Amino acid sequence: MPSESLWTIFINASLVNNFVLAYFLGICPFLGVSSKLETATRMGGAVTFVMLVSSVCAFGIQLLLVAIDAPYLKLISFIAVIASTVQLVEMFIKKVSPALFRALGIFLPLITTNCAILGLALFQTNKGYSFVQCIVYALGAGAGVTRARVLMAGLREKLELAEVPDVTKGTAMALMIAGLLSVTFMGFGGLGG
Amino acid sequence: MAATSKSSTDEFIKGLWKENPVFVQVLGMCPVLAVSNTAMNALAMGLATAFVLIMSNIAVSSLRNFIPKQVRIATYILIIATFVTVVDYVIQAVSLDLYKALGAFISLIVVNCLILGRAEAFASKNTVARSVMDGLGMGIGFAFALFCLGAVREILGSGSLFGAQLFHDAFQDWVVMILPSGGFFTLAAWLLLFNWLEQRKERKAKSDEATTLALGKEAV
Repeated sequence: MPSESLWTIFINASLVNNFVLAYFLGICPFLGVSSKLETATRMGGAVTFVMLVSSVCAFGIQLLLVAIDAPYLKLISFIAVIASTVQLVEMFIKKVSPALFRALGIFLPLITTNCAILGLALFQTNKGYSFVQCIVYALGAGAGVTRARVLMAGLREKLELAEVPDVTKGTAMALMIAGLLSVTFMGFGGLGG
Repeated sequence: MAATSKSSTDEFIKGLWKENPVFVQVLGMCPVLAVSNTAMNALAMGLATAFVLIMSNIAVSSLRNFIPKQVRIATYILIIATFVTVVDYVIQAVSLDLYKALGAFISLIVVNCLILGRAEAFASKNTVARSVMDGLGMGIGFAFALFCLGAVREILGSGSLFGAQLFHDAFQDWVVMILPSGGFFTLAAWLLLFNWLEQRKERKAKSDEATTLALGKEAV
């Protein structure tokens, strides 16, 4: 669908087909980390940034792999590039802005094993997006992940004060909230067309 | 992990129930929720993951003395990615329908935290034989959990199991179970069941202790 308008791509990636709530990508950190509003926001920012960089890299790799006719190397090179991108980004931020590094620091290495990043790289190649479309797609996906995390964190902060039966504490409760959020996001269906 | 005191059978059994990757450790959630909309998809995904897990456990444990500590995570990921590529092509060759149904999620086995977790926590410290047993147990436990989820979602969501109709025509499908939110709800329900069983066991152990204490006092 390379003819999709940029706005449609953005809305689709961030609301209708939200990476966390509709595609189930990046669930582990979504359930594990998003219990504080502030960390959720920062983590979302870091993920969006890495998504943007690795999306651009994946676009380049795909061109190269098609050129040398070696599609079976796709997965291996994608994951290698994502891992090294995360490393590079970490070093770069450390050098340029130590304050930002301290804010993101611990979260950055974790992003390597976040399936949302690899998923984004795979989806954009499957859909055959152009360069600009890829960037917009990455931004939309990042915005979607951040939004889902922030919503989740806000709900969980409130839940800590609520009285719930012992059995439901922890992951089970988080999953039920995620389910309800997912139902809510279904309401956006048809928006992007 | 006190591996020396445990027999290989223990390593196998623990993955099935006591340390079940999905219900107890809550690892590798993305494929669990995404492809469990029918029992068939869930089972295929579970077996594919189990295969990658066993193979990467073998590779990592046999190479554990050669891999430098600093680059071990990157090495593990490359090993895993190799096996996932194999699985990806095999599924594409064997059943195109299945390949289309599972989509990008076969490739996403690479970033399944369960596999990397086992490589780091178990295979890198244990012998090949032990790692195979661990991979087998964890893999089957994972496939079993996926199947539980997929079966419930398919029965309630489309009134069938493995494509065979189960109910009378009058049965109204619970469409929500097939949609993404159904995955969250079903997994939450299974976790609730496991929590409840665990708590009941604890309570029972406590009350047993109390009775033995009381009996002991009476005897004195």
